Amino acid sequence: MERITIDPVTRLEGHGKIEIFLDPDGEVANAYFQIPELRGFERFCVGRPVEEMPTLTNRICGVCPEAHHMAAAKAGDAVYHVDPPRTAKLLRELLYSAFYVTDHTTHFYALGGPDFVVGPDAPAAERNILGVLAKVGMEVGGKVIQARKQGHNVVEMIGGRKIHPATAVPGGMTQGITEEQRAEIEKIGRWSIEFAQFSLGIFDQIVLGNDAYKEMVLSDGYTHRTYYMGLVDPNKKVNFYDGQVSIMSPDGERVGTYAPAEYRDWIAEHVEPWTYLKFPYLKKVGWKGFVDGADSGVYCATPLSRLNTAEGMATPLAQAAYERFYDTLAPKPEPGGKRLIHHRLATHWARLVELLYAAERMVELATDPEITSPNVRIVPTEKPTEGVGTVEAPRGTLTHHYVTDERGVLTSVNLLVGTTNNYAPMAMSVKKAAESLIHKGVVVHQGLLNRVEMAFRLYDPCFGCATHSLPGEMPLQVAIRNADGEVIEVLSQNC
Amino acid sequence: MSPTAKSSGAAKAGAKPKLAIFGAASCGGCDIAIVNIHEHIVEVAAAFDIVLWPTIMDGKYADIEAMDDGEITITLVSGSMRTDETVHLARLLRRKSKFMVAFGSCASEGCIPGLANLSSRKQIIDTAFSTTSTDNPDGIRPVWEYQAPEGVLHLPEFEPMLRTLDQVVEVDYTIPGCPPESKQIWAALQAVVAALNGTGPLPPRGAVLGAGESTVCDECARKRDVKKIDRFVRIQQIAQFDPEICLLEQGLPCNGPATRDGCGALCPAVGAPCIGCYGAAPGVVDYGARLISAYASVVEAQKPDDIDKVLDGIVDPAGQFYRFSLAGSLLRSSKAAWNTDGEK
Repeated sequence: MERITIDPVTRLEGHGKIEIFLDPDGEVANAYFQIPELRGFERFCVGRPVEEMPTLTNRICGVCPEAHHMAAAKAGDAVYHVDPPRTAKLLRELLYSAFYVTDHTTHFYALGGPDFVVGPDAPAAERNILGVLAKVGMEVGGKVIQARKQGHNVVEMIGGRKIHPATAVPGGMTQGITEEQRAEIEKIGRWSIEFAQFSLGIFDQIVLGNDAYKEMVLSDGYTHRTYYMGLVDPNKKVNFYDGQVSIMSPDGERVGTYAPAEYRDWIAEHVEPWTYLKFPYLKKVGWKGFVDGADSGVYCATPLSRLNTAEGMATPLAQAAYERFYDTLAPKPEPGGKRLIHHRLATHWARLVELLYAAERMVELATDPEITSPNVRIVPTEKPTEGVGTVEAPRGTLTHHYVTDERGVLTSVNLLVGTTNNYAPMAMSVKKAAESLIHKGVVVHQGLLNRVEMAFRLYDPCFGCATHSLPGEMPLQVAIRNADGEVIEVLSQNC
Repeated sequence: MSPTAKSSGAAKAGAKPKLAIFGAASCGGCDIAIVNIHEHIVEVAAAFDIVLWPTIMDGKYADIEAMDDGEITITLVSGSMRTDETVHLARLLRRKSKFMVAFGSCASEGCIPGLANLSSRKQIIDTAFSTTSTDNPDGIRPVWEYQAPEGVLHLPEFEPMLRTLDQVVEVDYTIPGCPPESKQIWAALQAVVAALNGTGPLPPRGAVLGAGESTVCDECARKRDVKKIDRFVRIQQIAQFDPEICLLEQGLPCNGPATRDGCGALCPAVGAPCIGCYGAAPGVVDYGARLISAYASVVEAQKPDDIDKVLDGIVDPAGQFYRFSLAGSLLRSSKAAWNTDGEK
């Protein structure tokens, strides 16, 4: 049996490894995507006081600590059966929206953008942030740095620190914001709306204006028909901070919408002995292995999934961008009635629609008359028991589930983190890329590496959440093994 | 930062000093904190030949292996030693580097993931693969060598205990914090550049860079009036703490008295207690012992029984006193972890 090992050497170093085995005819027999690390938060958080979880679980991921901070605070609210004051919830969502602006900006320009902006056929050495800047100009580079800086400043204003915020606790926030801070945040929000529109313009001009790119987006190699998951508000519009989890079938039928606390009725996690990460799937459909379609419980939770799951965006400019997204790529509805986009590369466009929503939402929240109210805490009076907190992390639906004793000390912790939702879809994308580019033992070297890398990057994999690595470019090393398991060839890219 | 910033074999005369930045078992927050020096990153790229920074740019371990011993001037390691693979890479980088820096809390003292040392390896893995939403009737666990139908698959071994960098290799300098504050990172890097240029002193081996020489209390704006407390409170029990007064004196367990300064006392400034992420203050041999004595000094009670009653208000002593420092402390781990695995 031939074997191909893709061992990411840089930006996911030690944190993702792909083994592709070939059969005696040189066709792909199987592909394994391994996550080689575990830290064990679900074990060592047991025994800790529940109010510490927003700061302890920040340390799961330094890229998106805000998501864990919020999910943990919401799970803490639920454990104590408290509903925080309205201002506390507005502040949490405001911090979170600013974080989304920063995170989506970083991904589009530094991580995912190079594939489109610089072009998939450009030399690997140019397909990075420097290549993007060379193409779009340094002025844009300045805007990207400004967007990141401002976003972290808002996180610090509300959360006390730029990385690993400190202010969300069960029952609300430790403190509110001043009028001066509010005005500054509003200003940053307005700037971010313009920046998001500008970014959508770049996408239009460079990607949609190029037939070759458009063809690639629509190509079968990047298309998967799976279930989709996303958090929605009562009007079924995308929401990042709160709401119900909704599931859309690959045929455009809404399978169900559930309160986060009911997640175990809907999701289970499959275990394989060759990886440290589990594979979540839809319990009602069942685990059928790494396959597409309505009979397989595999689902996807990404910006594209959220748009597919929702009926639209809750802010006007983002709603217009949403309409245009579907008018362009999915003019006709699926049999179930909903328009869906199954082309996974469109995730980059969906991310920009969300960027615009996050910016508009920042302004809505920063101009709410109650945002500067000092009433940001409610003291719990009920006995702590059990609670679930869910937010929509940039990389997928994030759920924290805690059980405590009567003192509020954790006795059980369960975490379903963003990137993990997409573990099975990513593994499938890898296999699909391999199957289309390896025949009779002949490997299209550069093509395979590019395909696998691009297939990964659109999910924005962040194994900091799943294990500890960072989202980023996917440097690859591929070892090809023959039917006897011997390495016959090693390929590498970006490493 | 240049894409061509790769190893070029032996150091040439006048060549820039080589810098490597490596993340072991980490959350990535340390890397983000470095990126958050924003425009100064260009100056770092100008001062150094960056040979490895997996988060940000491409690099190749084969290049590192091919280097002469000591060829890298300075290596920053964030993250802890969790698997045999991270230990291997740390040893490789140590061999190739003149100066090795434990960067951030994980590398220097174990950080939050170090609390894993309160459990055995078996307990950690069993918990992860039997949670309430895990469908695992056969009790499957990841194995380090797995015979798949098509061939053997390998995973790095999850070690029985999480270790700090200095428990694995010799460390020259430490930059504390979870993560280190970006302005402190920039200050530390400037000091290093000055030392390399001969315009500044080389910090003594073992020095803590990018931090103060006192405690968080010393840079905290809150007032202390040596008020005694008769009970500890938990943050969710009080709707609003006095914004001017020391949180510890309001009964909230704050780690400021045992923790090194340098962060700017950010958490107490927003009404949250110091959690101790900058590690032990200078001269402190055992972080937890120092904190316990600091707490004892604010407790009103005189009789041991009464003191016990007040201290009972701290519901998780292991976490409170060793939240960030357990793996690097004198204790290092619980009996469960020492007991080869808890598998006996």
